[in-house]
Amino acid sequence: MKMRGTAWKFGEDVDTDAIIPARYLNTSDPAALAAHCMEDADAQFVNKVKVGDLIVAGKNFGCGSSREHAPIAIKAAGVSCVIASSFARIFYRNAFNMGLPILECPEAAAAIQTGDDIEVSLDEGLIVNHTRQQTYRAQQVPPFMQQLLQAGGLIPYVRQQMAQEGR
Amino acid sequence: MAMTLAEKILARKALKKEVAPGELVTVAVDHTMTYDLFCPSVVEAFKEMGFKQVWNPNKIAIIFDHLVPAKNAKEVEHFKVSLAFARAQGITKVHQHDGICHQLLFEKGYSRPGDVILGTDSHTVTTGGVGAFATGIGYTEMASIWGTGEIWLKVPETLRFEIEGELAPGVSAKDLILKIIGDIGHAGATYKAMEFGGTLIGRLSVAQRLTIANMSVEAGAKAGLMAPDEKVLEHYRELGITDFPMLRPDPDAAYRSVSRYDASKLVPMVSCSPAVDNVMPLFEVAGEEVRKAFLGSCTNGRLEDIEMAASLVRGKKIHPKVEMIVTPASRTIYQQAIQSGAVAALVEAGAYVTVPACGLCSGINGGVVADGDTIISSNNRNFLGRMGGPTARVILASPASVAVSALAGKVVDPREYL
Repeated sequence: MKMRGTAWKFGEDVDTDAIIPARYLNTSDPAALAAHCMEDADAQFVNKVKVGDLIVAGKNFGCGSSREHAPIAIKAAGVSCVIASSFARIFYRNAFNMGLPILECPEAAAAIQTGDDIEVSLDEGLIVNHTRQQTYRAQQVPPFMQQLLQAGGLIPYVRQQMAQEGR
Repeated sequence: MAMTLAEKILARKALKKEVAPGELVTVAVDHTMTYDLFCPSVVEAFKEMGFKQVWNPNKIAIIFDHLVPAKNAKEVEHFKVSLAFARAQGITKVHQHDGICHQLLFEKGYSRPGDVILGTDSHTVTTGGVGAFATGIGYTEMASIWGTGEIWLKVPETLRFEIEGELAPGVSAKDLILKIIGDIGHAGATYKAMEFGGTLIGRLSVAQRLTIANMSVEAGAKAGLMAPDEKVLEHYRELGITDFPMLRPDPDAAYRSVSRYDASKLVPMVSCSPAVDNVMPLFEVAGEEVRKAFLGSCTNGRLEDIEMAASLVRGKKIHPKVEMIVTPASRTIYQQAIQSGAVAALVEAGAYVTVPACGLCSGINGGVVADGDTIISSNNRNFLGRMGGPTARVILASPASVAVSALAGKVVDPREYL
């Protein structure tokens, strides 16, 4: 899988309440959640982000609760990929299960700035910064998890598996 | 190959001779837990995935604790949807008002030593205290386990904590785990397992071990484990459960790091909003006024926690400015605390007791904290807004520290009250 877009940079320890505040959890409608994506970190984010753009952040992105609304909100806001130095564990799983591509790469997280033109190849774990003429190598996404992303998340993935097995 | 406790459990459940950190394994799940708040979402995802029957109704626990007692009709809907699904699927391990999910996984023996346990809550790590590999996941992933009985897991690296010596009177397991979280930070164990050993662990009650394991997630850990011993065996023997292995880590297992602590040097600790790793010795905030005191939660709502608090307030009066709330972690603990006289001592001193559930800890119901007020609390998280207003200040502390601070109306050291 490949994606290309503009980077939006955030800091360290972006928690699930900054990604989607608890006051909006009374819905699980992706569009409604997307309208408040990153609201407490940058209130203007949803007005600036374009389809295909990327979020870049420091360590421990997605810390806090186990809410799946966080990756849902990011994906529905049009973000194609999140690159961070590291992710909180439950967010990491939830992102793949919701079909949101994420890459761990401390080098890219440090170098990329807001506005940079970024291209990502998930299969190779390669991040190209066209603005700064730099290339960063991320931890490769295991094949099984690429399948999850290609299917669009765990629900469509399981449906596919069941159809193949004739269940 | 020598293995840590987490590696041994995962190898066994993946039907492999050995596993190494970083390896992705598919494991058979021994038991799952879902609670009222997320159960309808699991049911919806389960149906959306196309499943008709759960893989094994005897391995699914559905526990109502976050929304008990319900405060509006919408919350009651959560119960109705969950109960209808349980009935249709033949799921009988349903607890509608028996206590907090993590306490019941232990108390009812649903989680056993050596098991792989998945729950839709970050504090599922609690039964690592009896030697289970227990961890939290999202609700969509739970739906997939309900359908297949399996999950993929990345074998985590393990951080080993060796704790020797004895705790001084007035110092508890809560102070120890707060100290450790302060040292390694709230992401110090992300993706990793924490394994606790050394002579102190064997001396601790099983309840105190659960407190330590429960808070391992506050350092980001995937699991927090301790090898089971005779005290753990005794608990399961009383439940008639003996069919589990007594796994231990190999002495020459490879750890990411080994940290050593001398328990006898520990003092009462606190963690102050806005982050759980904002940890300091209690004396640094001594004298700070408190308006509320909370004794409860899956961290510290067990019988010995309540009895410790009762012994400190017996015959005394809680400060008139302080509202003290006691929430037993389960119905059984509540009954035992009534029989032992602990409830009477607390109520006579001016505290009140709420139904055994998550209560104030989840911030959903039960006496939330106003902006600008400070609460001293025995639970596990102090993020801004978690227990009420966005500027309410939460000081996490041991049950003993909570009780004596409630008496004084300000933060005080329990060692001065023994």
